[in-house]
Amino acid sequence: MSNLFDLLVAGLATGAIYALVAVGFTLLWQTSQTINFAQGEFVMLPAFLMLAAMHAGAPFWLAIILGILLSMILLGLAFKMLLVDPMMRHGVLPLAIATMALAIGIKEAVKQFFSAEASPFPSIVPTGDIAILGHAVSLQSIGVLVVAILAVLGLTTLLNRTSLGHQMQAAAQNPTVARIIGVPVERMILLTFLINAFLVALASLLITPIYLAKFSSGEVLGQAAFIAAIVGGFNQVRGAIAGGLLIGVLDNLAASYVSTQYRAAVPLIFLIVVILFRPQGLLGRAEERTV
Amino acid sequence: MSGFAKPLKIALGLIVIAGLIVVPMNFNRYGLFILSQWAVMTIAAMGLNLTLGYAGQVSLAQGAFVGIGAYAAAIMTTHGWPLPAAILVAIALSFAVGWVLGYPALRVQHHYLAFVTLAFSTLAFLVFRNESWLTGGIYGISNIPRPHFFGIATNKPLPFYYVCLGSLAIVSLAVWWLIRSPWGRAFMALRENPLRAQSLGIDTRRYTLMAFAIGSALGGVAGALYAPLTQYIDPVPFNLSLSLDLLMMVIVGGAGFYFGPFLGAMIAVLLPEWLRFTEGYYLMLYAVAVMLLLIWSPTGILGILDRYMAARRTKAASALRAVAKSRLETVQ
Repeated sequence: MSNLFDLLVAGLATGAIYALVAVGFTLLWQTSQTINFAQGEFVMLPAFLMLAAMHAGAPFWLAIILGILLSMILLGLAFKMLLVDPMMRHGVLPLAIATMALAIGIKEAVKQFFSAEASPFPSIVPTGDIAILGHAVSLQSIGVLVVAILAVLGLTTLLNRTSLGHQMQAAAQNPTVARIIGVPVERMILLTFLINAFLVALASLLITPIYLAKFSSGEVLGQAAFIAAIVGGFNQVRGAIAGGLLIGVLDNLAASYVSTQYRAAVPLIFLIVVILFRPQGLLGRAEERTV
Repeated sequence: MSGFAKPLKIALGLIVIAGLIVVPMNFNRYGLFILSQWAVMTIAAMGLNLTLGYAGQVSLAQGAFVGIGAYAAAIMTTHGWPLPAAILVAIALSFAVGWVLGYPALRVQHHYLAFVTLAFSTLAFLVFRNESWLTGGIYGISNIPRPHFFGIATNKPLPFYYVCLGSLAIVSLAVWWLIRSPWGRAFMALRENPLRAQSLGIDTRRYTLMAFAIGSALGGVAGALYAPLTQYIDPVPFNLSLSLDLLMMVIVGGAGFYFGPFLGAMIAVLLPEWLRFTEGYYLMLYAVAVMLLLIWSPTGILGILDRYMAARRTKAASALRAVAKSRLETVQ
């Protein structure tokens, strides 16, 4: 039993990070039909930006702020203006391919300009265990879970409770009508790109101390976030959150109850089953068919 | 078709074919390996171009079929079977698996289909890696023999390059015939508008499955050539990134254009080699080049040519109109 409890906590912690990454992924899809195949690399890069700032002599807190700011400029603003905007009218597939190329570019740039080796990364949460219900639970898991939940709560409050959030949702759901009623759609789309860049920087900050900073770490994470987003519902923020937590827990349970060799297969088979029987995702709305 | 006169096109084609046969005779081992790799990857990309470019079904699993073909060939030839038999088995196997993978396409489209096939690709990789009784696991299969044809051994790089080139020629002719046959027309109808295709009496169900199965079978052929080419296979080359690379080849060359895969594979296989003098920067430059190309022309390289031809035709047509108009005016 104790084993199961530990697995659940660890699973929720990883799941919370998947959720952060998946939420950004669905935001970009909703507002600009962008499938970002570089989302995993987007999570990998900010940690290296922070490490670079620290190597230049900045204290940890300053490096974090710089890293988040740079991430919002590079992965939010520059990504939108230089790649997405010129390609948006060409449809989903060429843009998806371009983000694949971007993923290769980011990976190779980090490998070339920083290091091909994995680098340790300081944790913002103190390490150690605390006792909960008689179980020793790692502070890092708790910390990751809490920060991720706060971020997601903050985002959903922004989206559902504020006028800005309502404008963003309107811009995402029906750009034409939103424009007519005076929503600055372009600015709202830019905002979702900046939010995505902030979320990936946060995810980077939370996950890198656990798995080390490595140029190739984006692949696995990106794939997990895709699966989470689709399982939960491609077009729903709450779907992405539920999907993230579900995949995190499933992944951890599979690691100890299914063979370790086929652990990675469990979320994939789950993904295929979900797509076949409920393509819109567990919490998603069905998208109208375009004829 | 285009502004080129037909004899000119045929002459150009013959020159390219003669060049592909004659020029590599002076190449070193490595050059021949790269060129053989180009031929093999072109075959795989042609398969994906059928599925994606002609039938409009997104697949991120072509790399997995190259893997299936490669393992089929490696296992059979190391057990003493001749390569042609192994190629037939690779075709049958990947055709069957591709047919089954087509079923999700009957239910979901576009990005959902992309993710189902992406999942399949990763599952195939796990099987290659974990079923070591069959695939050798992470140690792979080594000493894959190269075939004898009519008593001629193809162990040396040049003869085996001709095996790859010959296979490419056969596949090219088959695909050329296929896309001009009613099947090819049905594929294109499926891509343009599935509902209308169905209302025209095309069995969309069958053709969707066929598009996957035939495209996958060509992936299997490529794999069955890849195994003897490298003479050693392990799971790593057949992971998801091969599927993504093949997709990039098709889009960059020009999806739905017959010659797209040839160009796309050339860029993906040869460009990194040409950029090798830039040391560690070559993949970065490659990525930037792909992004710039897609921003400039989302329909790939052949899309640029196509637009240029269309512009020339419009210009020629309006010139003709102008002449006709002035003549009309003089008559009046």
